[in-house]
Amino acid sequence: MTLSLILEQLLNGIQLGTMLFLMASGLTLVFGVMGLINLAHGSFYMTGAFVTAWVAGATGSFWLGLASGALAAAATGAIVEVLVVRRLYRRDHLDQVLATFALILIFSEGTRWLYGSSPLWLNVPESLTGSVTLPGGVSYSIYRLAIILMGVVVAVGLYLMISKTRLGMRIRAGENDREMIGALGVDISTLYTLIFALGAGLAGLAGATIGALQTVQVGMGEPVLILAFVVIVIGGIGSIKGALIGSLLVGVVDTLGRILLPDFFKLFMDASDAAGVGAALASMLIYLLMAIILAFKPHGLFAAND
Amino acid sequence: MKKLMSAGLGLLMASTAAVSHAEDVKIGMITTLSGGGSHLGVDVRDGFMLAMEQADRDNVQVLIQDDARRPDVAKNLANEFIQRENVDILTGIVWSNLAMAVVPSAVRKGTFYLSPNAGPSELAGRLCHENYFNVAWQNDNLHEAMGVHMEKDNVKKPFILAPNYPAGTDGLAGFKRYYKGELAGELYTKLGQTDYAAELAQIRASDAESIYFFLPGGMGISFMKQYQSAGLDLPVYGPAFSFDEIILGAVGDASVGVKNTSQWTHDLENPTNRAFVDSFSKKHGRVPTLYASQGFDTANLILSALDEAHPDDQAAFRKALKAAKFDSVRGDFRFGRNNHPIQDIYVREVVAGDGKPTNRLVGVAVEDIQDAYVEQCKL
Repeated sequence: MTLSLILEQLLNGIQLGTMLFLMASGLTLVFGVMGLINLAHGSFYMTGAFVTAWVAGATGSFWLGLASGALAAAATGAIVEVLVVRRLYRRDHLDQVLATFALILIFSEGTRWLYGSSPLWLNVPESLTGSVTLPGGVSYSIYRLAIILMGVVVAVGLYLMISKTRLGMRIRAGENDREMIGALGVDISTLYTLIFALGAGLAGLAGATIGALQTVQVGMGEPVLILAFVVIVIGGIGSIKGALIGSLLVGVVDTLGRILLPDFFKLFMDASDAAGVGAALASMLIYLLMAIILAFKPHGLFAAND
Repeated sequence: MKKLMSAGLGLLMASTAAVSHAEDVKIGMITTLSGGGSHLGVDVRDGFMLAMEQADRDNVQVLIQDDARRPDVAKNLANEFIQRENVDILTGIVWSNLAMAVVPSAVRKGTFYLSPNAGPSELAGRLCHENYFNVAWQNDNLHEAMGVHMEKDNVKKPFILAPNYPAGTDGLAGFKRYYKGELAGELYTKLGQTDYAAELAQIRASDAESIYFFLPGGMGISFMKQYQSAGLDLPVYGPAFSFDEIILGAVGDASVGVKNTSQWTHDLENPTNRAFVDSFSKKHGRVPTLYASQGFDTANLILSALDEAHPDDQAAFRKALKAAKFDSVRGDFRFGRNNHPIQDIYVREVVAGDGKPTNRLVGVAVEDIQDAYVEQCKL
């Protein structure tokens, strides 16, 4: 195993991490501010990917598709908030889980009804195909580099928005004391709709960018949602900083585990068995990481209300 | 009044006629219609139902349920079909891990099971059963055929990978059974994995000269798309599961030139196949995949056996199934001792087609291949 391979895998881990961050930041904001467990977050991811594939297919422009995918996911988020989710804030978590699980089923069947059950076709835009050679001799896909860059831009943007703008101030206030900011005359329901739409839009953006690399198909959001939940539990629920650190941690550990564990077992097993055992253990690794972190930090690494 | 009486009597007779015609047959289909692997199940179902519609029997009833690729769901559905609906025949399961959860107990309870897809090694060997028939293949077959083909074509140093589940480990074992050259590496990925950046980096870092991969459904689409953008340019091989017509449509031109093995292909020349491909394309507006062909063959095998006997007469029905007197879209078809097919496997090449790439028949990889587990079967 050479240094450049490890560097490349590290980049792969960071890329997976940035994608998870886009999902987890919305999820953790919605939980932190509104106290809502939103299982349907993966559906916005799927919405973003499908609308992008559809618009890109119809117009031939990936970028137009990407913009409409993210916007459509945000709009869907706003509509869902107004129609359904708004009624759930005062209910307990079980009701929220049931209702948002129902939303998953509705979105999945609705998407199947609209687009059919075959996966859609969405390709990486022409300008970002191919790979570049980075310092250190690592050859890396331009598109994946662009995803990392986009993640950095979103993270910085979120940071600036939350720490520097009036909207961000209200979000922070909402996390601290929901009743009080309502009493101070902030239009709390518009604020909630905005936050929910923002989270949905980020999930849609993640779905759209990943859709070009992977498969645009019904049910694509749920595996990512599970990882995003692991991320926010590790990072501390409600904390954007926790979501960022947690995402990168999960991304890097998952990727490096997949590569290093089979090699590790090869030291004392034959190749075929090592591949099997290593793969099995690698798929458990992030859950082990979560368990260990929770054992020492029961509220996650950066719990918002510690 | 008399008229009314006779009309009533007539009705009564008609209804008893219907009752005495009670040799109705119930078929329960459990297949994957939602989630990541749904296009396989949808094609199995559409192929199966096409044959049923063409036969137009009013005494055969097909119940269809979605297992969402989850073993627990499949198991519950099977119990429901067997206990509440009293089905005579079960069929439909796509994934080997689901088949392992359902088939052994179902056939022990006296239900017939005909597999239109999954063929795990245990069910061909140790756990083979007189009521279990596999109409598709034993899992290893297509992999073995590619092993034969690559050995014959002198393809060097393949890097092989598959998902970590029964059909994945069976598959690579089958490949290695016939491919004796040196491997550049061997990897198992998570079932349902969609990001292959780490695996592709490893392939690039190895001294691989070719790639052999088995990633059915959405996994194959993701892998091929990422392979294309990873800047790798090695010849790619795989079983047909990695390159069915739906995957090719979603992957696009990245797949042109890829070689794959299949027991069936849409341009196979025989009258049954031509009629099947025409009617399927006309009805559904898409080219059938191998899964659709397997569903179609399964239904026709059942129909041919029903002409001989009712499933309640287990011995006679079993004998009729085993005789396999139906026109398969594959041409020749017969069962071996363990109720698994003995058949030819073909090599196909992906070529640019009309709008999207398609498979073209290149030649025969291996003739009359039988699975490696038949010795372990005590039938």
